Amino acid sequence: MKDTVDPYVTEDGRQIGGVLMEMKNITLRFGGVVAIKDISFDIREGEVRAIIGPNGAGKSSMLNVISGFYNPQEGEVFYKGEKRPPMRPYQVARLGIARTFQNIALFDGMSVLDNIMTGRLNHMKAGMWKQAIWKGAAEREETENREAVEKVIDFLEIQAIRKTPVGRLPYGLKKRVELARALSAEPSLLLLDEPMAGMNVEEKEDMSRFILDVNDEFGTTIALIEHDMGVVMDLSDRVVVMDYGKKIGDGTPDEVRNNQEVIDAYLGVSHD
Amino acid sequence: MSDASARQPVSIPDLLDRNVALHGGKAAYREKEFGIWQSWTWAEAAEEINALAMGLVALGLEEGDSVAIIGRNRPALYWSMVAAQLCGAIPVPLYQDAVAEEMAYVLEHCGARFVVCGDQEQVDKVIEVQETVSGIDQIVYVDKRGLRKYDHTHMNALEDVQAEGRAGHHRLEPIIAGRRAKVTYDSTCVMLYTSGTTGRPKGVVLSNRNIIETSKNSAEFDHLRAGDEVLAYLPMAWVGDFIFSIGQAMWTGFCVNCPESADTMMTDLREIGPTYFFAPPRVFESQLTNVMIRMEDAGRIKKWLFDRYMRVARDVGPKILDGEAVSAGERFSYWLGNLFVYGPLKNTLGLSRIRVGYTAGEAIGPEIFDFYRGLGINLKQLYGQTEASVFITQQPDGEVRNDTVGVPSPGVELKIDDSGEVYYRSPGTFVEYYKNAESTAGTKDPEGWVATGDAGFIEEDTGHLRIIDRAKDVGKMADGSLFAPKYVENKLKFYPNILEAVVFGAGKDRCVAFINIDLTAVGNWAERNNIAYASYQELSQHPQVLETINAHLNEVNASVAQDDMLSGCQVHRFLVLHKELDADDGEMTRTRKVRRAVIAEKFDDLVEALYAGKDEIYTETEVTYEDGRKGSIKATLKLMDAEVVPVSSGKVAAE
Repeated sequence: MKDTVDPYVTEDGRQIGGVLMEMKNITLRFGGVVAIKDISFDIREGEVRAIIGPNGAGKSSMLNVISGFYNPQEGEVFYKGEKRPPMRPYQVARLGIARTFQNIALFDGMSVLDNIMTGRLNHMKAGMWKQAIWKGAAEREETENREAVEKVIDFLEIQAIRKTPVGRLPYGLKKRVELARALSAEPSLLLLDEPMAGMNVEEKEDMSRFILDVNDEFGTTIALIEHDMGVVMDLSDRVVVMDYGKKIGDGTPDEVRNNQEVIDAYLGVSHD
Repeated sequence: MSDASARQPVSIPDLLDRNVALHGGKAAYREKEFGIWQSWTWAEAAEEINALAMGLVALGLEEGDSVAIIGRNRPALYWSMVAAQLCGAIPVPLYQDAVAEEMAYVLEHCGARFVVCGDQEQVDKVIEVQETVSGIDQIVYVDKRGLRKYDHTHMNALEDVQAEGRAGHHRLEPIIAGRRAKVTYDSTCVMLYTSGTTGRPKGVVLSNRNIIETSKNSAEFDHLRAGDEVLAYLPMAWVGDFIFSIGQAMWTGFCVNCPESADTMMTDLREIGPTYFFAPPRVFESQLTNVMIRMEDAGRIKKWLFDRYMRVARDVGPKILDGEAVSAGERFSYWLGNLFVYGPLKNTLGLSRIRVGYTAGEAIGPEIFDFYRGLGINLKQLYGQTEASVFITQQPDGEVRNDTVGVPSPGVELKIDDSGEVYYRSPGTFVEYYKNAESTAGTKDPEGWVATGDAGFIEEDTGHLRIIDRAKDVGKMADGSLFAPKYVENKLKFYPNILEAVVFGAGKDRCVAFINIDLTAVGNWAERNNIAYASYQELSQHPQVLETINAHLNEVNASVAQDDMLSGCQVHRFLVLHKELDADDGEMTRTRKVRRAVIAEKFDDLVEALYAGKDEIYTETEVTYEDGRKGSIKATLKLMDAEVVPVSSGKVAAE
C-alpha cells in the first residue's frame, strides 16, 4: 500500500488520484450501543475501496456515515478536502455521492427506464412551470437526461428490460437496475451496499464485471460493503476490515489477508 | 431492371453504386442503439463503406487477403464486408458464438490477415487465437467499450480507420478504383464456412455471379423490392443472412434492420414490422409456445374468443391465402376473427406487415405452420444449402404445403439418383471448397451437379420436392427395413414439450430415443400444476414429465406404424436427457442441427443401457460453459418403455 497521497497508476493501468474522502476518528452511538468506535480511513479518487467484516461489525453503519444518513457523535468527515457539516441525504446526493441498497429500494410499479430516470433528479433544473409548458427548456432537458440514461442502459446491457416494470424482474436484474440508477446520477463517489448479496455464482461474476467496468470506464470511485471475501479480494484496491465497530485492518487485499487479527476475526479464535 | 449505371453490375460494390443512384435518399440500414432507431440512407451507407475501404487500404489490406468478420448483426459489420470487397479482399464472416478453439481453425484455414470484431468479447477471442495462429495482422473493432487499454499497435477502432480513410482520400481513391477495375463477375464474393454436421468446417467459395444471380432470381420470384424491410438477426456467418441482408438487399435496395441486442429481438421485430422475414422453425415454435402459454393465463372471455376464432383461422385462413373458394359466411367469420384476434395478435408478434415469410433448415410442425398461415401470414418453406447460395427449391405463392419444400427455384435443375439422393445444378452453385480440392471433387461433379446429401423424391403430380432424411442417416435396421431417424424425430419435435429428439437404431432390431424436454413449455406446466423443481435435471426426471413424454412417444409410434415403409422405426425404449444438447459441447452444430455420431459416442453408455433393457442408469457427462471452462454433471436417468404397435409381418417379403 502506498502511504503517500501522490497520484499513481495501478498495475492494470487505472489512475488513482488524491484523497477524495477522509474519515477522521469517527464514533457512532445508538443510545448505549457503540456501533463505530474511533475509526479513521480514507478513500482515494478512482479506487475501489471495500469495507468488510463479520455480521454486526458496523459496516452498514459506516456506509451510512459516508452517505450522510447518520451523523456521528464524534469525528469529522472530509470530502474533497473540505470538512462536511451534518447534511440531509438530498444534500449529500447533490455533492455527487450515489448509493445502492442492501435490500433493493426501487419503485416496483415503475418501468426500468423510469426508475433509472429518477437517478437523474439532480440534473433536472426545469421548474414546475417549465415542465408544464414542456416545449423548449424542459423538453431539451428530458432529451439530455434520457440520453445519459440510455448510455447507462447500454453499458449495463439491460436494453431488453427497458420497458419492463421492475416488480416483474428477477432479483439479480433488480440489483443491476439499482446500480444503473446510481450510475445515471454520474456520481463522483458510488456506494454499494452488499451488491452481491443473495446472488448465484453467475450473477456475482456479472456484477463484479460491471463494477470493474464502471470503475475503469468512467473512473468512478467506488466504496463497497461485501460479505463474499473472494469477491472483495478480487475487486478492490484497498480493504478496511471492521470487527465489533473497530477497525482491525486496512490495506491491500494481500496485506489484509495475512493480517493475524483479521484471520482471527473471520475464522474465530479460542478464548482460553 | 431500369438502367441506372452504364455497365452491368458485376460485384456488390457495383450494386451499391447503383442503389445510391436509384434510391440514394431511402433508408438502407437501421440499427437500434440507445433506445432509438438510427438509420442510414444508401448514400450515407456508401460514404461510410468507402471511408472504411480507404482506411483498410491505408492499414495495409492487400488484394486477395481474407478479412474475417465476427460479431452480432450490425450495419458496421455489413459495411466491413462490402468495404473488404471494395479493396479486392475476401470477406469471411464467422459465427460469433464460436469458442476460441473453433475460431482458430477457421482463421488459420482462411489465412485471415484482418479481423473485424464487434466488441471486446470477440477481440479477446481473436487475441487468444493469435497465440497459435500467426497470420493475423490487424484487428479492427466496432464497439470501443473496455478496449481502451489494449495494445493498439495492431488494433484500431473502426471509426478511427474510417477517419484515416477520409483524411487520405486523395491518395487512396485511385488505389481503390484500380482494384475495382480488376474485379470480374467470377471473382470471389464471399467465403462462408459450413457449420458441418460431420468433421471440420469447410470454406465455401461463392463468386459474384453466384450471389448476384441467386439474389436476382429469388428476389424476382417473391417480388421483393425497394421499400421492403427485413430484420437481420440470424448469424452473419450463415449463408442465408448473407443472401438476405447483403445479396437481396443490394439487388433490390430494401432496408436491413439490426436489432439492439440478441435479447431484444422480439421487441425490435414488433417495432420494425418487417415485410420479408426469415426464421428457422425454432423461432416460430417458441413464438407459438409463448402465445399459448400466455393464453392459458388469459381471462375466460378472451380465451373463448381466442379458441373460437383460431378454429376459424385454421379452417379458412390457409384457403384464403391460397386463393381457394371460400363461402361468404366463412369470409365474414374470418373478417370478424381478424378484427378481434388475428390482427391484434399479429401486431403483438410484429408480423402485421409480412408479405413473404420463409422457414427452412428443419421440418416445421404442421400445427405450427397452419397456425401462422391461418393468421394470414404468407409463410412458406424453402430448401437450400450454403453450396447453392441458399436456394434449391422454394414454395411459390398459392402452392404452400407443410410436407414439401417446393419446386426448383428459378434457374435450378434437379435430379434424383438411384439411391434417392437429391442433386442440383444452378447459377448459385459454389466455385469450390477453399484449399480442399478433394472435397470439392467429391461433392461437385465436372458437369456442375452437386450432391445435397439429402434423400428425397419429386412428387409426380405437383413437381414438388419432398425430403425424407439425410442420405447418410437413412440406413437399414437389422431386418433390412428402412431406418429414417429424422422422420421420427420430427414427429416427436412437433410436441411443444419436446425440444430435441435423437433416434438410434441403424443395424439394430429396434429403435431407441433420447429426448430433450423444452424448459419453457414443461417449466410453465410445472408452475401451473404446483410442481416444484430445482434444476433442469430434476424436472427432466420428474415422474409426471416422463409419463407425458411417454404418451407422446406412444402417439408417435401409432402414427409411424401407419407408414408401411417406415413402420420399423417405432421407438421401443427412450430416456429423457439430463442436459440440453448444446453446440458448446459439440452435440449440435451452430445452426442447431443434432450431430448424431457425436451424441452416439458421447452417450454410448446410455444407448447401451437402453438396449440392455435396464430400468435406471447412473451417468456423468462433461459440459463446456460459455467461456470455455469444463465441468461435469451427474445424474441417474430413468429408462422407459414405449408402447409399440405391432406390425403385421409378411408384407415385407412380397418385395
